[in-house]
Amino acid sequence: MAIRSLTDYFSRTTSAAPLAVFRLCFGLLMGISLLRFAALGWIEKLYLEPTFHFTYYGFSWVKPLGAFTYVLFAIALLAAVLVALGYQYRLAIVVFFATFTYFELLDKTTYLNHYYFVSILSFLLLFLPAQAYFSFDARRRPARAAAQVPVWTIDAIKLLLSIVYIYAGLAKLNPDWLLRAQPLSIWLPARDYLPLIGPLLREQWVAYAFSWGGALYDLAIPFLLWNARTRNFAFVLVVGFHVLTRILFPIGMFPYLMIVSALIFFPASFHEQVLTRLRNWGRRMGLFFGYEQADSLQLTKQDTVVVPTSSSSFSNGQTRVTLVVLGFFFAIQILLPLRFALYPGKLFWTEQGYRFSWRVMLMEKAGYANFKIVDRASGRRFYVNNAEFINPFQEKQMATQPDFILEYAHYLAAVYRARGIADPAVYVESYVALNGQSSRPFIDPTVDLTQVQPSFLPATWILPYHAEQ
Amino acid sequence: MKNVLICCGLAFLFACGDDNTNTPQPADTFNRRDLLTNWADHLVIPGYTDLASELTLLKTATQAFTDAPAVGTLNGLRQQWEVAYLSWQSVALIDIGKAEELTLRNFLNIYPTDAAGIAANAESGVYNLALPSEFSRQGFPALDYLLFGLRETDADLLSLYLDPSLGASYRAYLLAVTSRMEELVTTVRNDWSTGYRETFISNDASSATASVDKVVNDYIFYYERFLRAGKVGIPAGVFSGSPLPGNVEAYYRGNLSKDLLLAALAATQDFFNGQHRGSNTRGTGLADYLDERQVQKNGLPLSTVINDQFNAARAQIMTLQDDFVDQIAADNNALLTAFDLLQVNVVYLKVDMLQALNINVDFVDADGD
Repeated sequence: MAIRSLTDYFSRTTSAAPLAVFRLCFGLLMGISLLRFAALGWIEKLYLEPTFHFTYYGFSWVKPLGAFTYVLFAIALLAAVLVALGYQYRLAIVVFFATFTYFELLDKTTYLNHYYFVSILSFLLLFLPAQAYFSFDARRRPARAAAQVPVWTIDAIKLLLSIVYIYAGLAKLNPDWLLRAQPLSIWLPARDYLPLIGPLLREQWVAYAFSWGGALYDLAIPFLLWNARTRNFAFVLVVGFHVLTRILFPIGMFPYLMIVSALIFFPASFHEQVLTRLRNWGRRMGLFFGYEQADSLQLTKQDTVVVPTSSSSFSNGQTRVTLVVLGFFFAIQILLPLRFALYPGKLFWTEQGYRFSWRVMLMEKAGYANFKIVDRASGRRFYVNNAEFINPFQEKQMATQPDFILEYAHYLAAVYRARGIADPAVYVESYVALNGQSSRPFIDPTVDLTQVQPSFLPATWILPYHAEQ
Repeated sequence: MKNVLICCGLAFLFACGDDNTNTPQPADTFNRRDLLTNWADHLVIPGYTDLASELTLLKTATQAFTDAPAVGTLNGLRQQWEVAYLSWQSVALIDIGKAEELTLRNFLNIYPTDAAGIAANAESGVYNLALPSEFSRQGFPALDYLLFGLRETDADLLSLYLDPSLGASYRAYLLAVTSRMEELVTTVRNDWSTGYRETFISNDASSATASVDKVVNDYIFYYERFLRAGKVGIPAGVFSGSPLPGNVEAYYRGNLSKDLLLAALAATQDFFNGQHRGSNTRGTGLADYLDERQVQKNGLPLSTVINDQFNAARAQIMTLQDDFVDQIAADNNALLTAFDLLQVNVVYLKVDMLQALNINVDFVDADGD
């Protein structure tokens, strides 16, 4: 019975319009996002200027390519535009996923949850027939076009969004966030120069209201969006929430991405209207969009036309493989944020299991790390000037995250070996302040970090976090 | 459908609004504009004004010496150099506006100075002091060498400046160096009185490019790099494993490094407290910003903890010999102790204070999440 309904679910189809609108918006936003990144000079500053990059475990082989990095960026941009147009979609989305992810792997200093979100979302899009409708591909190859796609292809995006929101909400259920309104109590007053809301942001109750409201929002919004009766209200919340975060915090393109993504929850009729308007606008402007072919597949209001899934460019065999891959994908998405439970100690302090878990805006952390090199042969010891090796942004990130500190210590050992110290030991005196608590010692200063190998095991060389005296 | 689209449109409109809009704050609560105004009117502008006039006097003294090299004019020049060098210490921590644009600090106080390069410049007469390659061949450290280090004895020094073949070249170089210093500082000073003050004060938002964030980042950078490391740590061998007495500030003059350090330390503490230049009045400073936020450390206000640490460092520095070259030779550990005490405040300023005030790192307005 259960298996029957499951096969039933996977063979059910619906209008391809939501997927087409999503593809269009995603491609455009990514294009804008990449342009903005380049226009701000960040390719140079973040990827080309630093001589040393903090890499992800197992990905130290990913290196910037000098001036060719710009070419790669242009390729990513082109791929984003092609995704939007639905031209050579499969190739375009593969290239976009690969190039974007490559940039993210270059340096974990720039890690942001929403970059990670873009990476995994574009991975998911590799497997969805987003080009079946309202695309140049559909026009070029009418045989492969389809007005109907499997329901699960749209639900997959909704599921990913729901995972993001729910984990983001669960992560907020911690004492700092709920009971001390941290870090918003630090962040909001610093924005008190804003017009209208500025003076309010100094009020402690506002920080609490934002904290509780934010947690509630994250936890409730997937359900409110999924439910047809509450959907319009939910969308108003989505817009309000993300606009507010855009005004209050420097979070780049993320709010726009979340607002636009939420449209996927709206019914096919809504997306059909969007596309109809686009088509009409195109005609009025005298543009030949090439979507006429798709018009012939326009659905009746009752959605009675059932197109076999095979026409959405999946054969049954392919579909099965796809479903298995995506099954693993979602299992990882659900399990990865829970891995923190395997580590002892305070999560915010050690950050073991912190990334890739939708822990958004949970911490204000500041740190300072003073590295000491000891020549084991001569006993000579001296401190390192971090500015010689990393930029201030890297230094800020490094000083608060143990895996950065360890990687940097190993790098320093290599540097000083090359400078003639055959057997250097590297120690660090470090202090970190977390969420408005005063600074305290961070890494065990008696541990020679060259003797510690990077791993996913619990890091015993991080000092335990002591509560305020 | 329509409503959803309108909603989207409005969202983008609102969200694209300017983040740097300024609104006047009620006068009774702390605000960044007070802080910036106090810094500008009572520390920065008076500081540059004093330095500019000391440098004008320095140029006059140089002119007097080069017109007639003699023991009297040499001593006059040396004394004025010392006064101007001490005056520089109170604005060395400012690196914003014209000073940042010109990289004033690079032209005024890069040491150890390049003695061989200075001799080569002076004797060839071919140099362009505006080039970055010339940082270490001008400014106060170059004068230190030209006035104290060029020859062993004063008599030899005077005869060099009077030398028929080389004298004119060295006199010209002295004038070129002091003229340039005066010109640069005057340019910076005038920029503050011709509009930059207003620009500085009105940029009172909070972002990596806003005045408070930028000034505080520069301030901590100065304290860590130029005061803690440059004046104490590097000579004491903290970054090399063995002392480098040649890197002591005012190396050739001797007996001045302690005073220069104390002047710089006083300037950083005054800046923290908003203490007016040359008076006992206290205006708004970072200490008030911390107090307004009620930032505590170990049960004490963080502002008190930081001031105590400044005082502890000063007390230790007072016990040192006037010349750190002598101190290194006699007992380098005392200098290392001073370094450790200065170091503690790096943590308080850079970690505790920056976090409490939510000051952005002065690098890029990179996105967060």
